[in-house]
Amino acid sequence: MHSPTTDPLGLPWLLPAPDDVRGQVRALAGSAEAIAAQALTGLAGHALDLDQLTSVAKLLDKGRSRIEAGTLTPLKLALLLDGTADHLAPAIRGSGLRHGLLIDCWVAPYGQALAEATRPGSDLSASGAQMALVASDFRSLGLGRPHVDAGAAEDAVAGALARIEAIVGGLAGLKITPVLATVPVPAGSWMGSFDALAPGSPAAMVAAFNVRLAALAQARGALLFDAARVAALAGHGRWFDDGLWNRSKIPFALDAVPLWADHVARLLGAARGKARKCLVLDLDNTLWGGIIGDDGLEGIKLGQGSSDGEAHLAVQAMALDLKARGVVLAVVSKNEEAAARLPFQKHPEMLLREADIAVFIANWNDKATNIAHVATTLNIGVDALLFLDDNPAERARVRQMLPQVAVPEVPADPSLYPMMVMGSGWFDAVALSDDDLKRAEQYRANAERSVALQQIGDYDDYLASLDMACELSRFDAIGRARIAQLINKSNQFNLTTRRYTEAEVAVAEADDQVFDLQVRLVDRFGDNGMISVVIAKAAGDEWLIDTWLMSCRVLGRRVEEAVLASLVQGARGAGAVRLVGEWLPSPKNAMVERHYEKLGFKAAGALEGGGTRWVLELADHVQPKLPMALSGDRSFAA
Amino acid sequence: MDETQVLAKFRDVFADVMDIDDPEIGMESTAKDFEEWDSLSNIRLVVAVERAFGTRFSNADIEGFSCVGDLVRALVARAG
Repeated sequence: MHSPTTDPLGLPWLLPAPDDVRGQVRALAGSAEAIAAQALTGLAGHALDLDQLTSVAKLLDKGRSRIEAGTLTPLKLALLLDGTADHLAPAIRGSGLRHGLLIDCWVAPYGQALAEATRPGSDLSASGAQMALVASDFRSLGLGRPHVDAGAAEDAVAGALARIEAIVGGLAGLKITPVLATVPVPAGSWMGSFDALAPGSPAAMVAAFNVRLAALAQARGALLFDAARVAALAGHGRWFDDGLWNRSKIPFALDAVPLWADHVARLLGAARGKARKCLVLDLDNTLWGGIIGDDGLEGIKLGQGSSDGEAHLAVQAMALDLKARGVVLAVVSKNEEAAARLPFQKHPEMLLREADIAVFIANWNDKATNIAHVATTLNIGVDALLFLDDNPAERARVRQMLPQVAVPEVPADPSLYPMMVMGSGWFDAVALSDDDLKRAEQYRANAERSVALQQIGDYDDYLASLDMACELSRFDAIGRARIAQLINKSNQFNLTTRRYTEAEVAVAEADDQVFDLQVRLVDRFGDNGMISVVIAKAAGDEWLIDTWLMSCRVLGRRVEEAVLASLVQGARGAGAVRLVGEWLPSPKNAMVERHYEKLGFKAAGALEGGGTRWVLELADHVQPKLPMALSGDRSFAA
Repeated sequence: MDETQVLAKFRDVFADVMDIDDPEIGMESTAKDFEEWDSLSNIRLVVAVERAFGTRFSNADIEGFSCVGDLVRALVARAG
């Protein structure tokens, strides 16, 4: 059984459909205002079922005069299908939005595909269609019954192909580009495995037909739509529904229609230049397991011997395979640049090297800003990018700020990343040219020039949309092990890099001269767990911040400000007048060099042996208004 | 589930498939009562009902349904 998160029929690389798709469609249909392309693509960017796709297609009709096509390319498509096809047109139209197309369909009446293509003055000839999808069913092609005689089998296959050739000939006369669909191999058995060796078995005849169809497509300048592969992806057992065929001549299961339609749409999109050109990769927990800044070269998981290590290797192999066919690779990571580049330079198991990456951005900026920068540097649109990141909050941020970027959903298991990226079809191609093979190198050369970075979008709105809940609490027995783990593991956002054992943590917990703080953060994507630890020591009217660390995963969420407010409240309550902080440099904590300055502390000189000292007069601190709910026994009155 | 419960659940499925908010549908309703309910949407309706109720109808079953009540009673009988 497929789990719901990986079943291809559910289009798992897309966000799950919202509950009120019909309501959203209704709101757009009922309003008198213009319908922005982005409203349509936003809706279609979800994993819609057949009913929902049908509903979106209705909107395309009702709201037609109000649609601002924008970047959507109009396409008139004829459907020349065997069996009942009327339910497939709306599915293709809805899915087309996902791949940059505003499709109108003309559907040949039942059983009339050949006549429409070849009869002078047919409705098809007047339809204005630019492309025609010719999709056959093995039963209609006369390949459903076996032949004992090999000659009869050959005649059956040749006859089926002659029918397609006649349609292609007719379409050529009408100046309509044919899109020829291969035929899903029937699931039913005649003689079991021997079917593969018996030329007259339906399975062998259909397989032979498909090979010759591909050659025909190539010879006649038609596009090939590999429907047989889509059926195989779905599983033939679920693809075919004999009851539906008998009842209504519906050629395959309705549950499989969204997957089929998306594959049609991605092919047509690729033919119209809508495929993505650049893969933008996150690093930590995407290209390798772990955090390079914290875990170091030896600590990250990559390579043979561990399941996660092999999974991340497979992600790299996928990226290289894409590069080989002309997809440009870029890196956008929240990291110190030197640390981020280290595995590319030094890790023996890395498949990707620096020379493979056209644009390499590692800093602590917001990722949407950095991704926009990748597009500017490469001089391509953001709608040519696909962004792969394991972190759902980063994905949401990028979707929100740059809705044109393709951002596949990925499950927690990195083994499934390649399936989600490649399964999405955003990199599908209709040809492979010499230019494609050279492209990665060309873009890398272009990217050498630097382009000024610009912050995009309203960051506060984004933070508000995360529905963050921050819990600020004293150390306790339950948190102790995790507190000690963070104290001993955090390297980057760690002001002093002092390491304490679990026993020492317990001592601090019991000492009433010590202010201890553990911080947890939940957002709408889930529980981030404990993400920050602070230890401060009272010394007269000064409090010295001994330890302040935080997980880089929640960087830029304003958690630091919440922590400071909690510290200030604690210090005031104890009668202190100022906070004193220190930054002790380590090979990995350059990112927090200006931490205290950013929070309003004043520089108070250098420390002996390196580092800086910072002071905040409590009277100067102003309580910030933070985009998060606060709780815990060290929370403060906002 | 009794007839009332099955009918209520059927109404939700019907609303989604036909794209109608709060359809006025009862045991006596037939395809003639709704413009949206044509032969094509009927196919989607049957498949959606089969999925929602975790059952499968034969072609003979389907041909025997002349109104919503026939379908609802068949679903109640199957639910046991």
